[in-house]
Amino acid sequence: MSNRTRTLELEIMRYDPEKDKEPWFQSYTVPCLEDWVILDAINYVKENLDTTLAYRWSCHMMVCGSCGMMVNGEPALTCKTFIRELPDKVRIEPLENFPIERDLVVVLDDVVQKLHKVQPYIIRKDPPPAEDKEYIQSRGELAIFKQLTMCINCMCCYAACPQYALDNSFIGPAALALAHRYNRDNRDQGKSDRLNILADHDGVWECSFVGACSEVCPKHVDPAAAIQQMKVDGAMEFWKQKMGIVGDKS
Amino acid sequence: MSRQPYVRPVSTTTWYMRNGRYKVYMLRELTSFLVVFYSLLTIYALSALAGSPERWNALIASQQTTGMMIFHALALLYFLFFQTFPWFKLAPKAMPVRLGEKMLPGSYIIIGHYVAWVVISLFIFWLAGVF
Repeated sequence: MSNRTRTLELEIMRYDPEKDKEPWFQSYTVPCLEDWVILDAINYVKENLDTTLAYRWSCHMMVCGSCGMMVNGEPALTCKTFIRELPDKVRIEPLENFPIERDLVVVLDDVVQKLHKVQPYIIRKDPPPAEDKEYIQSRGELAIFKQLTMCINCMCCYAACPQYALDNSFIGPAALALAHRYNRDNRDQGKSDRLNILADHDGVWECSFVGACSEVCPKHVDPAAAIQQMKVDGAMEFWKQKMGIVGDKS
Repeated sequence: MSRQPYVRPVSTTTWYMRNGRYKVYMLRELTSFLVVFYSLLTIYALSALAGSPERWNALIASQQTTGMMIFHALALLYFLFFQTFPWFKLAPKAMPVRLGEKMLPGSYIIIGHYVAWVVISLFIFWLAGVF
């Protein structure tokens, strides 16, 4: 571990719903170690300079998805963003496109609802395998959607998405990627149940493929790719129905 | 303690100035003007072709002026950098191919697109009597 220190100027967005009409920035001078991540610097502020600062974090290891914030204008997990990669002045804001509850804490109710809406669980039409039998899935069948299971719901993709910024009725990247994860799972038969939601006004066709969601995703889930694949699937399904070809059972 | 979440305003007219990624996206979308132009040109060319040899020859001559040649060359470059190259790069994302237990490497799909592009272009050149 490096013991080299560096002084960082953190400009943190503050908002107290009981006192402030709108958010404002407060500056903190933080003595950092070179191998700190931004979250360490924010924790330093909380522990040593200002105990009133509100923010979310938990695991400090890119698993819980709680510490997503805007770091110099880019949505990022603060536990994954090293200060050695940043200039001496860093601006920290709550994730864009979400209402601010307090300081760096945002209201995530909307996306939580959307995650529910896409029915992110295995839906079966046929009876499950007989007792003590398992659903069979080959490695190849897993490979098709494995990357999509890596999402930790940090919501950086929503903060990057201009479509969601302009119209938050759009289901958005993480929830659509999650729906695609189940659509592509060979054990699932719920594709047609999800189709109404996904092909609807607020579904995949709202996406204009800016691709920002995939670029900022800290887990390389690539929601933009998932959404384009869903567009292809949706169009195929449309033509199959038009031509009277019965689609698969799901 | 009362909840009063603050909603940050988003400009509906200048949102794309927020970062470089959005600006590149808008430059890509601007190609739609060129698509409109070339669509109209094609429709006009078809009508000239159906009309008379004079109209057709006049159209061809109008497209071969120095100004128009420069315009077409710049339009081609613009399409290459904001449509062809980016979309070929993204093709494996929209159309991943599974081979047994593994996914086909994206580079194969990208190379396939470039090969198809060259072959189809050569075929069109051949049709047009270039060779």
